[in-house]
Amino acid sequence: MATEASEISQPGMADALRRRASTFRFRELTLLPAIAIAILAGALISDAFLTTNNFLNILQQSSELSVLVIAEALILIAGKFDLSLESTVGLPPMLAAWLIVSDTTFGGSGVGLNVWLAILILFATGALIGFVNGFLVVRLRLNAFIVTLAMLILLRGVTLGITNGKTLFDLPSEFLYLGSGKWLGVPVSIWIAGFLYLLVGLFLRYHRAGRAIYAVGGNPEAARAAGIRVERLIWTLYVVGGLLAALAGLMLTGRIASVVASQGQNMIFYVFAAAVIGGISLNGGRGRLLGALTGVLLLGILQNVLTLSQIAAFWIDAAYGLIILVSLILARVTGGRSREA
Amino acid sequence: MPATKSLCAGDAELAASPVAEAIGVSKRFGASQALRDVSVAIPPGDSRALVGRNGAGKSTLVGVLTGLLAPDAGQVRFGGEDAPSRADRRSWRERVACVYQKSTVIPTLTVAENLFLNAQPTTGGLIAWAALRRQARRVLEEWGLEVDVDADAEWLSVEQRQIVEIARALLQGTRFIILDEPTAQLEAREVTRLFERIARLQQGGVTFLYISHHLEEIYEVCRSVTVLRDGAVVTHAPLDEMPKDRVVAAMVGDALREDGGRRRHGRPATAAAPMLEVRDLSIPGGADHISFRVAVGETVGLAGLAGSGKEEVGDAIAGLVVPSGGEIRVGGAALRPGQVADAQRKGVGYVPRDRHRRGMVPQLSLAENLTLTITERLGPAGLVWPAERERQAARLVRSLEIVAASTEQTIAELSGGNQQKAVMGRALASEPKVLVVLHPMQGVDIASKAALFAILENARAAGAAVLIVSDDLDELVGCDRVLVMFRGRLVAEFGAEWRDHELVAAIEGVAGGD
Repeated sequence: MATEASEISQPGMADALRRRASTFRFRELTLLPAIAIAILAGALISDAFLTTNNFLNILQQSSELSVLVIAEALILIAGKFDLSLESTVGLPPMLAAWLIVSDTTFGGSGVGLNVWLAILILFATGALIGFVNGFLVVRLRLNAFIVTLAMLILLRGVTLGITNGKTLFDLPSEFLYLGSGKWLGVPVSIWIAGFLYLLVGLFLRYHRAGRAIYAVGGNPEAARAAGIRVERLIWTLYVVGGLLAALAGLMLTGRIASVVASQGQNMIFYVFAAAVIGGISLNGGRGRLLGALTGVLLLGILQNVLTLSQIAAFWIDAAYGLIILVSLILARVTGGRSREA
Repeated sequence: MPATKSLCAGDAELAASPVAEAIGVSKRFGASQALRDVSVAIPPGDSRALVGRNGAGKSTLVGVLTGLLAPDAGQVRFGGEDAPSRADRRSWRERVACVYQKSTVIPTLTVAENLFLNAQPTTGGLIAWAALRRQARRVLEEWGLEVDVDADAEWLSVEQRQIVEIARALLQGTRFIILDEPTAQLEAREVTRLFERIARLQQGGVTFLYISHHLEEIYEVCRSVTVLRDGAVVTHAPLDEMPKDRVVAAMVGDALREDGGRRRHGRPATAAAPMLEVRDLSIPGGADHISFRVAVGETVGLAGLAGSGKEEVGDAIAGLVVPSGGEIRVGGAALRPGQVADAQRKGVGYVPRDRHRRGMVPQLSLAENLTLTITERLGPAGLVWPAERERQAARLVRSLEIVAASTEQTIAELSGGNQQKAVMGRALASEPKVLVVLHPMQGVDIASKAALFAILENARAAGAAVLIVSDDLDELVGCDRVLVMFRGRLVAEFGAEWRDHELVAAIEGVAGGD
């Protein structure tokens, strides 16, 4: 086919097409060398690194981040933004836990709500946050960046306000199950994250609605002309994003067996780092979940390696940031395509 | 005023109900009446040209016919039936498709997927990718359209993109296609291929509404013509009853002027000092050891097919492309390769080919756009005095006769012709010694063209060396000399008295010139 195309295009164009076709399949895997290097470094630094337990540990610690990355990836591919996801990780669990805890001296509401009802409220809150974001972005046509930034600050403030900054613990085991339970010796949160990647990944590739997300992010006007309901789709994605963030919050609460007022704080930076080094375009329309997953894994492994290494704790963030920059450069060089564009 | 003098002669024999029909359509935007009581009926198998000057209402009529605009009065019918509700995009798309100048493909998706956008074949709810690609290939083959289904759409040329858009329409079962200035961004050979494709589709039973500024084209492609002026239909007629001057007369509303007498007769090859000197210029993938000179007060055309390297040469002079070798001098001073600011400082003014991409900042005001190249003159130490900007902008608006409500109007609100004038104004603001102009008349109506030619001529008369990079003979007609590039090399040079067929032959690489 490429030869046919070259008949009606300039030679340079045909070359570009061919080049493109050959890199297409591997674009998602450009982070593999970086991951390999990180694993190698980990193995050299510590004997404790190359163990099943440590890897399960890495995966479990990455699971909440990876769920958030799915949420952000969906919204980014559609050409929008959601910064408030990290606060949505905090507020719904805080609200639910507050309703559950009956002892007011520990910051509880005194309501003593049924745990299942509380979990329902948790997800409803996440969905409601997404719905409001969607309303502001789609209906009022406010800029997604600034809307969700304001929402990030607002929700964090509410999370702090509910318990005056107190940490809620002593939560029922049902509430903590997703972050603490195990199936076949593997933490439930890993199963959930893995399942979601498979499901959403297939959805994006094999469902019309999934392809519509790419179309909307690639050229909203053309998507509209093709009969895609652009506004409704974006709105829905914000709601899905809120739901997934609430789920990530529930998983995180389970893992640390309490809800702190700062739960999820600063996560959004890592969400964006993972998504972008994984090939999700900030301009929309491009990127795959498989790539985003490699981004999450790279960050998770790095975090682990840095913790095991002898680097002074205060310098870990600096090293982390530096390595993210290097992997961006690496992905650019090996992938040949700009990550920000 | 129901100006439907007569429907096309052929109509009576053709099946009773037109493929598409607008009946008494009116549309008003704020103060301006874009369409008044417009009735157009397009019988099946017809190919109708829709012509009119900028602002005559062509775009509005297309908007109404494609269901994107709701008419204030009147109605649209397809095949004798009322148009579907405007919310039902899918039904509209089955009845009518429009290939706009602006791309409506999704750049991040493949050709195959663009063809089936939101209508992908599925098995059990999942997209069947193999079937999708197969069907896409089959449709393209069936209609003789050549484009790689697996290519990402962002890499398509303008021609290939049009093919994709046409194929997408055909796939949806549409047999009525509106082409909005399809040749505006195509080179001559691509235009020929487009016409062949249109002819083939016509034989296959596709009906076209064809919008163009190039009257020659409509005689090649269309059977009948509808002329709009000031939002109303002036006439419908079969084209064999409508010679070109009558079409133009209908568009303009008064007598026409032939070619404006722009051709320069027998001006001697200039002895004036060269203002622009290009020596041994080579650009990877573009030019191969190109040398030429343009003198003070001379207009030189640089012709060639798309991909001949002519645009790269123009871009290199402006500093937008880094050459691999050679030298460019303006007034004797060598330009630093690939440095736009240096080129500007030394006196190069540049009008890019695609004004939307390179020529203007749509959100900014007319005044800001006009003075973008001369901000250093608008105040000391990098400051920009609004009053000075206004003064400079007003001067340009006056001298270029730009029609705008005020200089504070955003440039995106101006008509195409006025935008192009503003882009030229931006290049002229710095009173350049060398003016490089790429395809200056693209997508511009006849009246604006005359004004733009006058602007170029004024710049030349004021002593600028003007280089017009184009393959449109109309744009080259006023040149003292025309240089022709073919596959990166200069292959021919003509004086002012070139003949069409000679120049075209040289451009197409058929034969060298003198």
